[in-house]
Amino acid sequence: MATDVGDVLETSEQRRAGATGKISLTLRIRRYNPEVRGEESWWDEFTIQADPNDRLLDALHQVKWYHDGTLALRRSCAHGICGSDAVMVNGRNRLACKVLVREIAPKVTVEPIRGLPVLKDLIVDMEPFFAGYRSVLPYLINDEGEPDGERLQSPEERHRYDDTTKCILCACCTTSCPIFWGDEGYVGPAAIVQAHRFIFDSRDRGARERLQILADKTGVFRCRTTFNCTDACPRGIEVTRAIQEVKREILFDRF
Amino acid sequence: MTTFHTYDAVIVGAGGAGLRAAIEAADAVRTAVISKLYPTRSHTGTAQGGVCAALGNVEEDYPEWHAFDTVKGGDYLVDQPEALLMCEEAIDAIYELEHWGLPFNRTPDGRIDQRRFGGHTRNHGEAPVKRACYAADRTGHMILQTLYQQCVKRDVRFFNEFYVLDQLMSDDGRCAGVVAYELATGELHVFRAKAVLYATGGSGRMFKVTSNAHTLTGDGQAILYRRGIPMQDMEFFQFHPTGVYKMGILLSEAVRGEGGILLNAEGERFMERYAPTVKDLAPRDMVSRAIYQEIKEGRGAGPNKDAVWLDVRHLPREVIEEKLPDVTEFARVYLGVEPTRELVPIQPTAHYAMGGIPTDADGRVVTGPEATPVPGLYAAGECACVSVHGANRLGTNSLLDIVVFGRRGGRHLAGFCREADLPPLPERPEGSVRDMLDAMLARERGANAADIRTDLQEHMFDLAFVVRTDEGLRKMQEILGGLRERYDEVVVQDKGSRYNTELMEAVELGFLLDNAEPLVAAALARTESRGAHWRDDYPQRDDANWLKHSLAYRQPDGSVRLEYKPVKLGIYEPAERKY
Repeated sequence: MATDVGDVLETSEQRRAGATGKISLTLRIRRYNPEVRGEESWWDEFTIQADPNDRLLDALHQVKWYHDGTLALRRSCAHGICGSDAVMVNGRNRLACKVLVREIAPKVTVEPIRGLPVLKDLIVDMEPFFAGYRSVLPYLINDEGEPDGERLQSPEERHRYDDTTKCILCACCTTSCPIFWGDEGYVGPAAIVQAHRFIFDSRDRGARERLQILADKTGVFRCRTTFNCTDACPRGIEVTRAIQEVKREILFDRF
Repeated sequence: MTTFHTYDAVIVGAGGAGLRAAIEAADAVRTAVISKLYPTRSHTGTAQGGVCAALGNVEEDYPEWHAFDTVKGGDYLVDQPEALLMCEEAIDAIYELEHWGLPFNRTPDGRIDQRRFGGHTRNHGEAPVKRACYAADRTGHMILQTLYQQCVKRDVRFFNEFYVLDQLMSDDGRCAGVVAYELATGELHVFRAKAVLYATGGSGRMFKVTSNAHTLTGDGQAILYRRGIPMQDMEFFQFHPTGVYKMGILLSEAVRGEGGILLNAEGERFMERYAPTVKDLAPRDMVSRAIYQEIKEGRGAGPNKDAVWLDVRHLPREVIEEKLPDVTEFARVYLGVEPTRELVPIQPTAHYAMGGIPTDADGRVVTGPEATPVPGLYAAGECACVSVHGANRLGTNSLLDIVVFGRRGGRHLAGFCREADLPPLPERPEGSVRDMLDAMLARERGANAADIRTDLQEHMFDLAFVVRTDEGLRKMQEILGGLRERYDEVVVQDKGSRYNTELMEAVELGFLLDNAEPLVAAALARTESRGAHWRDDYPQRDDANWLKHSLAYRQPDGSVRLEYKPVKLGIYEPAERKY
């Protein structure tokens, strides 16, 4: 059995046609290292040759491995799942491994995500972010005893909270939120997304407790619906919508 | 400065195996989890397709059928009692994850849905069976999140961004603790403990094209190898057939489980020739070799004729969007290809180490042909070798391995800690780590770690990948010798103590070399083809001489000594592997 692949092959190859030649990319990177220069941050520029289909992360590696070994960044999986390499790219929060060189050449500005203390170069202190995460009781609560097999859940019930299970805790949303920048107490979008994932799970019995936490002054009503979070989410989660749904649960006093 | 801590148990690594062990141990004894990453960054999160258990929710199925497939898929190098145990405990392990909130996809009647996966069959090979439980194509992500959530609930003590760099042993050969480097400060920490469980994951970064994260550098394996623990079955490394062309990013086998097919440049569904019964759902080693053969015979696709196509154009839109959303997005983002209309270029990618730290079914590290336990030392997950994957792991069995053996290891370790006393620390316990780091930091001129790593990855990809030969492996051994010499002169630019990731990358490169050396030595010695280890010069499986596990020991001069131990059979008679 043979499938005709002629036309498809042609278009697929056309897409990759640009991949042969390397192009020039200038990276303007905000640096910070109190061991070297005290509390002042500074800018460094590096120009490298890169494959247009390389990731920004590959370009940052090239800088680190061949130009300046002191450049500090976090990364692991390099394909948008582990959530390590959230940075601000031309003013927008992105994962460095999900931005391709061809989208940003010839010049790009890379900075640490905003609203968390910078520790060195692109590395920020994630502890306040994870403290917000932990505050919403991010685990299934159900004391009704476990059946021998699985708890039943219909595909519709499962679908209800599908979107918010995609969250990888990268902090792109939370650190793009102007309220979070200005108000250290605000739990931020990611923590609400995590709460949403359980509040709308038919197996969970902890909604009341979580909604009480999020009705507090550090909770959902800080949100001013600017949609930055939704724009920033590399997983395509409708973050603002999730926050609105949690607000609605509180307002209709369902708990 | 060195900081000292005392715990009953230390768990190294916070992926699926480490977290599952932590849940077990932290409820029982004073436990610290040390991880070089924030736990949710661990590579378990990137597993996509599913986790198998014979729940029988969709089709008739039994753990024994699952065990048979695991043994056959592993080309009979699997320890059969352990495989059966894993497949029997799978059912409970899956229900446990569900009870902890894992959002499995559901059948219309609300039970856990199941789908097909490579090498998983009904009744000993009759036809593919729906056995893989899944959460869209982010099953690993959901397992990692769920286990981490349970750790948060239990307030487990984590030391994040701490790199464990050495294993401490007492004079009488017991585990005494570990030495770790704190990335934020550059300080060393000595963790005194009765027991240590390694769950440090894989080592795929020794290959140029890999699905593995940058951080998968075989740390736990190397640390123990340097301390005289053998590495088992290192020659068996899985090359997953469907990696994103050139980048190696995994495109789940679930794509083929849902009906995706492979095509060569002529548009032929070539797997029909190699595995007439299960076709595209043959085990990964067979599919990768078939791709290699198609390319070798000139039917490779793409501008360089070194890829084949993955075709999902015929799948219903809702299957692509609902069941394979991430995989679809990878093709769009990284290849600029629209899989609903276009073909996706793929090539085999280094994916999974079947070999590693030898353990028994309770996670205890064992050495020698008699499998003698080392008191207090444990391992689980990809860094370990039970061996339930033999010469070739079946898809989904890695996620199963981490939950089943993470739990068993954690449980046994907790019991051990309740009985054992705390061994004395050796004198200047952090000494060898301190000396290694100081030497690297002091060196002003020398070799660039990135250059050495690139050479390692390219040569391993050329000479120790899907197809191997005596000549190629000997050449690789020589190359490794040269790389080792250059590594002894490795230099770092960053002399600081704050987030010195350059220094840690250099250390990790040393770990990679420690994984590559026993791999190549064991591959060179094994003059047969079995599972993922294919020797072009010895294309037959040779049960008379090679139905045995390899154990590679590091000699004081750095060379590798090999010995062997028997495979545990007794349930299934080794037979020719046909699909």
